[in-house]
Order: sequence, then C-alpha cells, then structure tokens
Amino acid sequence: MSKRTIIPFGPQHPVLPEPIHLDLVLEDEKVVEAIPKIGFIHRGLERLVEKKDFLDFVYVAERICGICSFIHGLTYCVALEQIMKIEVPPRSQYLRTIWSELSRIHSHLMWLGLIADAFGFESLFMHCWRLRENILDIIEETTGGRVIFGSAKIGGVRKDIAEDKLAEIVAKLGIYEREIREITNVFIKDSSVKHRLVGVGVLTKDEVYKLGAVGPTLRASGVAMDMRKLGYAAYNKINFEPIVETSGDSYSRCQVRIRELFQSIDIIRQCVSKIEEGPIEAAVTGLPNGEFFARTEQPRGEVIYYAKADGTRFLKRLRVRTPTFANLPALIKMLKGCELADVPVLVLTIDPCISCTER
Amino acid sequence: MSFFPMAKTVLKSMFKKPVTRRYPFVVRPYFKNTRGKIKVDINLCSFCGICQKKCPTAAIKVGRNEKKWRIDRLRCIACGYCVDSCPKKCLSMENEYSKPVIDRTKDIY
Repeated sequence: MSKRTIIPFGPQHPVLPEPIHLDLVLEDEKVVEAIPKIGFIHRGLERLVEKKDFLDFVYVAERICGICSFIHGLTYCVALEQIMKIEVPPRSQYLRTIWSELSRIHSHLMWLGLIADAFGFESLFMHCWRLRENILDIIEETTGGRVIFGSAKIGGVRKDIAEDKLAEIVAKLGIYEREIREITNVFIKDSSVKHRLVGVGVLTKDEVYKLGAVGPTLRASGVAMDMRKLGYAAYNKINFEPIVETSGDSYSRCQVRIRELFQSIDIIRQCVSKIEEGPIEAAVTGLPNGEFFARTEQPRGEVIYYAKADGTRFLKRLRVRTPTFANLPALIKMLKGCELADVPVLVLTIDPCISCTER
Repeated sequence: MSFFPMAKTVLKSMFKKPVTRRYPFVVRPYFKNTRGKIKVDINLCSFCGICQKKCPTAAIKVGRNEKKWRIDRLRCIACGYCVDSCPKKCLSMENEYSKPVIDRTKDIY
C-alpha cells in the first residue's frame, strides 16, 4: 500500500471562481476519498425574507445566482402565486418560458466554455463564450440586464416583448444555431476532447438516482427526469421530451447539455409560434397565507422553493434547495477512484454554482 | 471519428475581423432597454418616500422635511422597482451605466 497524502483543493482553485473546498485523499495519483466543505460565501438570504416585503423579495431571490437568476425569481413567483391563487395571464407564461430557455442556452454555452477551459482547450473556450455573448445581447435587449433579468414579478412579468422583436429573436437564433452546431461538433467529435471525457466519472443509473442527483447529471445516466415536464410556466403547452443519455460519464453529461441547447432553441420557436396576445400581469391583491413547494428546472437541475406565509407582508419561512447542493453527493462519489488530473473536469461536470448552494 | 473538427472554425477565424472591440476607443452602444442608472426629475418629486420603502438594497433615502432625495449609486442594483412604484413618475431608468467613482458619495438632489 502506498502512502496517503491529502491535497487541499480550493476554496481558491483553477476550476471556477467559486469557493468550494475539497480535501482530496490521494494514494499515488489516485483519489481515494474527497471531503467537501462549503460555507465560504453564506449570505443568509433565507433569513432576509423575514424582513423584506414578499413583493420586494423577488429581486433578492433573483440574485441568489448570477447565471440562473431568472429561474430563481420565477420559482419564487410560482410559489407565491400558488399560495395566493393568482391566475397568471398566458402571454406572460410564454414570455417566462422564452426567458427561461434563453437563460438555459447562455448557461450551457458558458458551461461548455468552462469545461473546454478545464481540459485546456483555450480556443474552444473563447468560441463558446463568443456565442454566449450573442445570447446575452438578446437578453439585454429584451429585459434590460445581461444576466440579472429583473423581469419576473409575482402575477406575471414586468416587460413585454413586441411581436416583431420575437420574430427577430427567432431569426437570430436560426443563425446562432448553425454557429453553435459548428462549435459543439468539436465537443462531440474531437479525439482530444473525447480522451478527457469518455469513461471519466461514470455513475450508473441506480447510483445516481439513489444519490439524489438532479438535472443533466441525472439525465446523463439514463433517468428521464425533467421538472419542465411538471408544466409550470407554459411548458405544458410545449412539445418536448427530456434529453437522456445512458453511459453516465463526463462525455454524456456534456452531450446532454449540448442537445439541450438545441432543444431550448426549439422550445423558444414553439413559444413564439404559440404566444397569445393579452395582458402580461395579473393584479396582486391580499396577503399570502399558506405554504407551497415550487419545483422548476434550472440549467443545473431541479430547484425547490418552499415558501410559508402567515397572512402578513413578511414570509414566515423560505427554503431554497439548489441543484448544486443536490449534486454534491454525486460529485463525491465520482471523485472516488479518479486521477488527480481529472478532478477539475469532474468538479465542472456537475456545473457547480456555489453561490447558489450557500445562498 | 472526424478529422480535425475544429479546422473549419480556425480557418474561418483567420479571415474574419476580431469579435472583440478595442474598448476605450470603440464603445458598445447601449440598448434602449438597458437598465443603467436611475434618473430623477426632482421638480416633480413629492418626497412621499415610497421609493425608499420599496428599494431592496436601501440605496435611496428621502428626506421629507428638508426636501432632499439621495441615492447611493454603489448600493443601487438598478432593478427598477422604484421606477415602477413612483406615483408621480419622476423616476426613470437611463440606459447608460453610472461612471466609475473613487469614493462612496451619495448623489443628492
């Protein structure tokens, strides 16, 4: 038996600028155990809810994460709308779906860039982020913010997108789709990319389900679970199937995200063809009283918002279970038995968002 | 297995102009909707203090008695909630970001 060494990985590390700490127990170059530690950027946003008006908290909820910001705001709104029994107008449901998918596209493109960076393919990283910039421009044009949309609101949305703008978005996405396909082909076909991803960090269908993983990590191992199928926003009127891969390694996690990019573009097209005229927000009257579990699909997986209100302007309790938190056990399982050089790639394959996790 | 899948992209980029801008010389135009900074038309303001109450980051302070409206630009997250809730419609959102500053001062109107 060789000597064991412990390598501290993080909180500042070369993978991504977010503080997660892992104690990697090594035998030679093999990781035998990984002990995670989080809590470096806890902000106490769940406590803040007791001091903020429930209408104002949308803006705080949206800032839980810098990438899936809109869906955080949306989930909070869904929870409150269900408690207060607000009927959200169909047009705003479609707009919510469009923005959710735009944020999914930009998040996945960012992730593709980061993973390319993690295995040292710098030019691919640059190209992914170049494409992401185009999507950010669409977002900024329609909502006013690049990553913090600020357009979710209890009872609807704050901004409308004009019909000609919607048509323009679809036309632009057609162009970007071709460009994205050109770049993602490199991820699918290139031998150096495959060399770093195929067979790395394999999780079986059974394991991944028992570990409670969510999102692309779960779907890459063959479990068809996608919260969009619950039909929040306008997803119940959209025709789509969860994207599933079966091999459960880093390569299939990458493929799930690539295929989701094109699925998202398709969902936006469907939304634009089905969108109805009408108001974009419903009036909010009264105060919330009751509790609700809202579940939605973020780019990283399922997010759960538990909100409890007691008939005052301030919520009694808000609990946010973010996707990265659910994916951490799967990450620890993956890291056991891997090579030290594969650790950055494996940490990235769950698409970690630590500021989400710690709230 | 394809041969050199990146080659097409690389060759194309050799003949294209760079996608980045030479920033201080070429500035990206702001979009019409961009949430840049809050502008106040102080002549219309009634100092009701609703914006102060609504502001999620407590960046706005309204002095009712001395008739002053203050904003801490570094605290402001440009969410635009004050613009939505202003009863006199004296607040508006400009599409330009506020300029860099060297100290934390409040803008007083």
